[in-house]
Amino acid sequence: MSVPGVSLEVRDLRKSWGATDVLKGVNFDIHSGGFLTLLGPSGCGKSTALRLISGLEPVTGGQILIGGADVTGKAAADRNLGMVFQNYALFPHMSVAENIIYGLKVRKVPQATQKNSLERVAELMALSPLLDRKPAQLSGGQQQRVALARVLVSDRPLVLMDEPLSNLDAKLRVEIRSEIRSLNKRLGITVVYVTHDQSEALSMSDTVVLMSDGQAAQIGTPQDLYDHPANTFAASFIGTPPMNLIAATDVVLPNWVAARVKTDHADLLVGVRPETMKLGDAGADFSAACRVFSVEYEGSVFLVHLIAASGARFIMAHHGADAPQAGEDITVCWDNSAAHLFSRTSGQRISSG
Amino acid sequence: MNKRLPFGLAMIMLVAPCLLLVAFTHYPALRALLNSFWNNASSRRPSKFVGVENYQTLLEDDRLVQVMLNSTFYALGTIPLAIGLAIGMALLVNAKLPGTSLMRLSFFMPTMLPMIAVANIWLFFYAPGIGLASQILGLFGLPPINFLGSTETSLISMMFVAVWKEAGLFMIFYLAALQAVPENLKDAARLEGAGPVRIFFNIVLPLLRPTTIFVAVNALINAFRLVDHVIVMTRGGPNNSSALLLYYIYEVTFSQRDFAYGATLTVLMVCLLGVLAAVQYWVLNRKAHYQ
Repeated sequence: MSVPGVSLEVRDLRKSWGATDVLKGVNFDIHSGGFLTLLGPSGCGKSTALRLISGLEPVTGGQILIGGADVTGKAAADRNLGMVFQNYALFPHMSVAENIIYGLKVRKVPQATQKNSLERVAELMALSPLLDRKPAQLSGGQQQRVALARVLVSDRPLVLMDEPLSNLDAKLRVEIRSEIRSLNKRLGITVVYVTHDQSEALSMSDTVVLMSDGQAAQIGTPQDLYDHPANTFAASFIGTPPMNLIAATDVVLPNWVAARVKTDHADLLVGVRPETMKLGDAGADFSAACRVFSVEYEGSVFLVHLIAASGARFIMAHHGADAPQAGEDITVCWDNSAAHLFSRTSGQRISSG
Repeated sequence: MNKRLPFGLAMIMLVAPCLLLVAFTHYPALRALLNSFWNNASSRRPSKFVGVENYQTLLEDDRLVQVMLNSTFYALGTIPLAIGLAIGMALLVNAKLPGTSLMRLSFFMPTMLPMIAVANIWLFFYAPGIGLASQILGLFGLPPINFLGSTETSLISMMFVAVWKEAGLFMIFYLAALQAVPENLKDAARLEGAGPVRIFFNIVLPLLRPTTIFVAVNALINAFRLVDHVIVMTRGGPNNSSALLLYYIYEVTFSQRDFAYGATLTVLMVCLLGVLAAVQYWVLNRKAHYQ
C-alpha cells in the first residue's frame, strides 16, 4: 500500500474574515513524502492555512499547488487529500468499520475493494478487534487511530492533520506521535501537520513553518529553528524554557561585537539558550553578573531564575548537584557559538559575520 | 449544605406536592378505572358493580370503531407531516440566509397562539366561497370546497390545522439539535466527496434521532390530547367524520352524561397511549444515544 506522496506548494496565501486579515501572504512548500508542520500560538492562522489547503474554506488570495497542479479553485473532495481533525470527527452513529470505509462508499468503490482496504488498514492500525464498536466505546488513542485509518484507507497522497494529538494524555501523545511519523516514512505520504506544541513540531518535521500573526516568522528544519532563530519571536517560541533575550547593557560583551555589529548597544539583544549557560566567567566570551532569584528542580536540571542589576530576568538550566542558592550573587557565561544577537526594534537576527 | 430540614417541615414539603399529584393525577386515573367497572347511578337506583359489561359495550360500539380509525389516520398523517415540515423549516432557518430571525418568528408564531384562536383563524380560511382556501382554489379555476362540511375533507382539514400549529414548536427543537451537530463531521464527510444531500441523510439526520424520538412522542400525545380545534370547528362532524377519541370521550361523558362509559373509554385511551409511547421508545431508543 505504498502511496507515492505529492509535493505541496503554497504561494502568497491570504485569508480575510471581513476586515480582519487572518493570513497575510504565506509561502511554503514541501517535497513529496515530506512532513511539514505549521507551528504557532493560537490565533496565528495555522489552522486557517490548513483549512484553505484542504479546500473546506475558500482562499482570499494566493495559490495552492498540489503535485504541481493549481487546485486553488477546486472543491475539497477533488483535491485528493485526507484530513485528520482535532476532535477526530468520527461519525458517532457509525461503527468503526463504517467510519473507515465511509469515503469509499460515497465514491462507490466496489464492495470487494472496500473490504480489502478495510482489512488492510485495520491491520495496519491495530483496529481489527474493534471494527464493530461505536466511537463512544473507544479510548481516546483508539479513536485517534480510527481517524488515521479513515484517512489512510483512501490512499491519499497528501494528509492534513489539525492538532490531532491535543486531546490525548502525555504518554499516548508520544506514542502516536512516533506512529504518525513512521506512517509518513513507511507509506511515503506527504503530511501537513498543525500544532501549537513545539516539541511535536521539532520531533516530527522535515520542515517547520513557524507562524506569527498570519505570517511565517521562520521556515526551516527543526535544527534551523532551534540553532538559528531568525527573529526574537522564533527565539522566544522554540525551546523549553525558551531562549533568554537579555539587553546588551546587562551583558559583558566580547570585543568583536563592538567591532562587527553596527547596531547601537541600546538596541541590541543578546539571545542565549538556558542550557548553554555556565556558572562563572572563566575563559568565556559573554558573561553577565546577576543574583539568583529562585531555583526550580526539574528532575534532570535545575532551572535557576536569575535577575540582573537592571531588573531583567532570565533563566539558566544547571546540570549537576551544585546548583546556586536563591539570593546568591553569581556570574554566568556562555561561548560565542551559543550567543545570538538580535535588534530590539526590528526583532530580526543580526548576522555576527 | 449539610443543614438538615426539621422533620416536620420536610414532611410538609414532601406531602404538599404529593397531595397535588395524587389529587389531580393518580386519584382520577384510579377513579376512572374503578368507574369503568360500575354502571351509571340514576335517581332511582345507585351505581352498581357490573364487571366488564362496559368493556363489552366498548367492543360492540360502531361509533368507537369510526373514531379509532379517525384517530389513527389523524396521528399517522399529522406526526410525519409535522416532523418533516419542522426539519425542513429548521434547515431553512439554520441556513445563513437573510431575514432568518423574521422567518424563525413567523414559523414559531402558530405555536404561541392558543388552539382556540388557531381554530378561529382556520375557520375563516376554510369558509366555503369566501375563505382563503376557496379563493386559492378559485385562482386555479377549481370549484370551492366545503372543507369542514363534507365527510371527505373534514378530518384532513383538522389535520392541516394541527400540523400548522405544531410544526413551529418542533422546529425549535430541531433547530437546537441542528446547531449541536459538530461542523467537523460535515467537513469530514465533505472531504470524502459527500454532497449536501448525502451529508444530510448520512450524518445530520442520524444525529437528530434523539430529537425525533422526543418530538414524535410529543406529537403522538398531542394527536390524542389536542381536540380544541375539533370542538370549535366541526364538533366531530359531519357524521362523526372528524371525531377523535378524546372528543368522543368528551361527548359521551359531558353531552350524553354517560360517566361509566366515558371512564371506560378513558381507560382505553390511557392504555393505548402507554403502549404507543413504550413501543416508540423501544424501537427508536436502541439507536438514539451516541455519546
